[in-house]
This record gives sequence, structure tokens and C-alpha cells, in this order.
Amino acid sequence: MKNYTADDKYIKALDPNKHELAIYTDDLHVSYGSSEAIHGVSLAFERFKITALIGASGSGKSTYLRSLNRMNDNIDGTKVTGKIMYRGLDINGPGINVYEMRKHIGMVFQRPNPFSKSIYDNITFAPKRNGLKDKNKLDELVETTLKQAALWNQVKDDLHQSALALSGGQQQRLCIARAIAMKPDILLLDEPASALDPISTSTVEDTLLALKDDYTIIIVTHNMQQAARISDYTAFFHLGNALEFDETSNVFTNPKIQATEDYVSGRFG
Amino acid sequence: MNSKKWDKVATGVLYFIAGIMILILAFLLIYILVNGLPHVSWHFLTSSAKSFQSGGGIGVQLFNSFYLLFLAMLISVPLSIGAGIYLSEYARKNWLTSLIRSSIDILSSLPSIVVGLFGFLVFSIQAGLGFSILSGALALTVFNLPLLTRNVEESLNTISESQREAGLALGLSKWETVLRVVIPEALPGIVTGMILGAGRVFGEAAALIYTAGQSAPPLDFANWNPFYIASPLNPLRPAETLAVHIWKINSEGIMPDASQVSAGASAVLIIAVLLFNFGARYISARVYRRMTGGQ
Repeated sequence: MKNYTADDKYIKALDPNKHELAIYTDDLHVSYGSSEAIHGVSLAFERFKITALIGASGSGKSTYLRSLNRMNDNIDGTKVTGKIMYRGLDINGPGINVYEMRKHIGMVFQRPNPFSKSIYDNITFAPKRNGLKDKNKLDELVETTLKQAALWNQVKDDLHQSALALSGGQQQRLCIARAIAMKPDILLLDEPASALDPISTSTVEDTLLALKDDYTIIIVTHNMQQAARISDYTAFFHLGNALEFDETSNVFTNPKIQATEDYVSGRFG
Repeated sequence: MNSKKWDKVATGVLYFIAGIMILILAFLLIYILVNGLPHVSWHFLTSSAKSFQSGGGIGVQLFNSFYLLFLAMLISVPLSIGAGIYLSEYARKNWLTSLIRSSIDILSSLPSIVVGLFGFLVFSIQAGLGFSILSGALALTVFNLPLLTRNVEESLNTISESQREAGLALGLSKWETVLRVVIPEALPGIVTGMILGAGRVFGEAAALIYTAGQSAPPLDFANWNPFYIASPLNPLRPAETLAVHIWKINSEGIMPDASQVSAGASAVLIIAVLLFNFGARYISARVYRRMTGGQ
């Protein structure tokens, strides 16, 4: 395997005057116990755009993504330094209510993980806990989120059947519907299509493109065609560093860094 | 011999072993039921025992068994759920947690007669509860709590981590996630464990001989004031249970029909334990359907 140095990097700076930033990190380090997984990553994410995080397994892209809504908190021995700024607040700061923060920064995981409840309850569960009791509003929420996730037509007659009876692709779209039912600002997706067949994958991709109007989307993907198809920006991760960040068209057609070029052209490693 | 033949031999041996297990169980059940059921009648189930004459029943013992079971579960179910949740969801991986786990394991492997004598010393003598339902219920709690706790912990552990992440990622607090996502999913397993635990408690004798006592004073089923000494609900009265009764008749029973009473009581006891087992399967399947929103 070739050695690529972390000094050779190209991170396109987004001018806050021209681009509205949804969230950005500044010199973010994440370590599990004594081993550091992320070595100082500074990236900015534009609002209402899709940013793809690509890179080989073990490059740290998932760890980075999970730190953006502090899902790593649940793993014993995780330590985070550096800043993650969301709406002028450092989400790791002392005054931050992590549960409240996650209502603004939602997440969809690699494996579909619907609750073993009905389709309807999967979507309304968290909004209900959040105080939404009105039956009509809940019905409406179920309908709009399922439509946004391109699942409504397939399940509208059977909303009270168990979510576990759905196919994998349908379950994943249900998880997306469930996440957007909380009306987050930012949607983090950790390889959401990697466990799905090509047809389901393409439906999920269409869903994400449609969601872009209302949500800032950050997606980790192993699939470079997927990144090229749906994202506006792409960040390339390697061994815990972000080596290149640019508009997606530049990353795939005119990468600035040798490592990126090797990776996107399949000559990596 | 080739591997195909070996496969057949191994399969045959396994069938044979499984067959022996079933035969032992079937023999025991048939023997007890055939010997006991002819003596079971409404009169036998409802009248009180007689010490010197024939024709005594097991009504009081049967009631005592259920009441003691109820009190023991009333104490041990909430405790075991709390402890199980702590161990599965909150305890960090450190020496204290492993100390708690090994204590529970050791506690659960104590012979029940040891638990009974411990209960006799601590609850009956030291705490002054004497031979009473309360002493018995506390001893049964000591006997049952470790197994129930491990059952709750293991039921919770079978729920995938991704379910917890799903709850947390929606902005639910950890406690909300545990209470409303993890526990409902684990409930069929928890309920099964509780009912099987109840069956074990129901048939327990050794832990009760010196705690709930070996005498069953007649009860006044017309007076339900728990402070009245002959009231069925009085938790401070001595209360021989069905299992203890069987043991006692066989060791020192002097009524003329001792062997018939013993056989009948055994049949009733084994039917009750079987009902607990089948009930556990039935109820956990129903709970699962309800919790998953399936039809």
C-alpha cells in the first residue's frame, strides 16, 4: 500500500458569506481509549446540500459522522477534542443537552433498525414523546414523512402492520421517514444503502435528492458512483484524516491530491 | 466408515439420547398422575388437612402456596427488573460490576436448604418474624432473585444495540430508550423467565421448611382482615405449602391415608408447575405479538 502523507491535503474553504453553513468542525480529534481514530479534521457543511464522506474501511469517516451528533458518547472511553459548531454552539460544550441536540441532528444507520412496533408507531413514537398528541397531526405527519421517503404508496393501506414485515429497502426508508418526522436540520446517514439491493438503493438515493430541499444531508458511502450521483460536495478520508474536500464534480474529475485520484479511479492500495 | 455413515450414526445417537429424556419425563408424569389423580376431588382440593384421621385435603396448603408465591413475586419481580436493567444498560465494565455478577451467580447456585436455614436465622429468629409467610416469602426472594435478575439482564442483552441507537438518535433520553424501546422488546423473554421462576418457587420445599413453617392452622375464609390471626391474608401466620406438605407427610405423616394424600398432592403440584410452563409459552407469544404490532 502506498503511503500518502497527511500534509498533502486540499480542503476547499467555504466562504460563510456566500455559503450558509449548517455545521462545521474545527480540528476535531476523536479517540477510543488510547488509540486516536480522527486526527484533526476541519470540514464545513453547506446548508441544503448533500455532502458525501468517502474513503476506505477504517478511514474514520463513520467515526467522524457519528461524532457530529455524539453517537460515540455511548461507547466507553471515547474522547473528543476540537470544536463541532452548530448554530454558533459547540455541541460538546458543557451547557449542551445532548438529547435536545439530537432532535436537530438526526441519524440513519447502516443496517435498517426499525423498532419492533407498527409502521405508524415507528414514525409517531418520538414525536409523541416530544409532546405531539393531536391524532390528526400525527396522521398527517405519518403521511407526509412516508411520502417524502417514497414509501407511502406501498404501505398506506397497512400502517398498523409490524415494521419488521417490510423488506430491507422499505425498512430503511421507514427509518428515514422516522428520522425526518422529528424535523431535524441535519440528517446524518451512515452507509444507508450498503445493506440494500440496487433497486432499493436507487429509491433511497431518489429520496435523499428530494429531501435536499429541506434538509442538510451528510452521507457516508462506500459506493463512489453513489457519491458522484447524489452529492454536491465530497470529502475523502484516509487513515483518520480528511485529505480532500471539494465540490463533487472536482473530486471525481479533477482531484487535487494523488491519494484521492488513486481512490476514485480504483487504483488505491 | 465414510462421513455419511458417521453422520447417520451420530444422528441416531442424538435421537436416542433425546428419546431417553422424553421417556424419563413421560414416566415421571404418568406415574405421578396415575397414582395421584384418583385421589383428587373437589373435597380434596378445598378441605383442610387432618393429622390423625383419613379424609384430609390440601385446601389450606394450596392457598398458602399461591399466597406465598404472590408475595415472593411481589418482592422479587421489581427488584430483579431494577437490578437487571442496571446490569444490562447502565453498569460499566469494571471490577465492581464483575463482583456484582459473580455474587449473583454464586447466590443462584446456593442449595435451597442453605437458603432456608439462612432465612430461618435471619428472618425468623433475628428479625423476629418467626415461622411466617413473610419469612418464607423473603427466603424465596433470596432463592429466586439471582435467577430472575440474570434472566432480565440476558433478555435485555439480546436486544440489538442498533435499537438503542435508533432511540437515542431520535433525541430520546437513555432512560426513555430503555423504558420504551428496549424493555418492550425484551418483555416476552422477561415474562417467560418470571413465569418459569414462579413455577420453581411454587414447587420449592427446602427453603420453606424452616421459614414458612410446617404447620397449616385452619383458615377462616370469611375474615380477610390481614391482622386477624386466622385470616388467609395474614402474612405473619405460619403457612405450610403444598410442597412442604408432601415432604412432611412422607417423612412423618401418621394419618391412615398418608400415601394417598401425598400422591394426590403431588399430582396437583405437578399439574400446577406444568400450567406455569405452558402458560409461560402462551403468554410470551401473546406479549410478543402485541409488542411488535403484529396480528
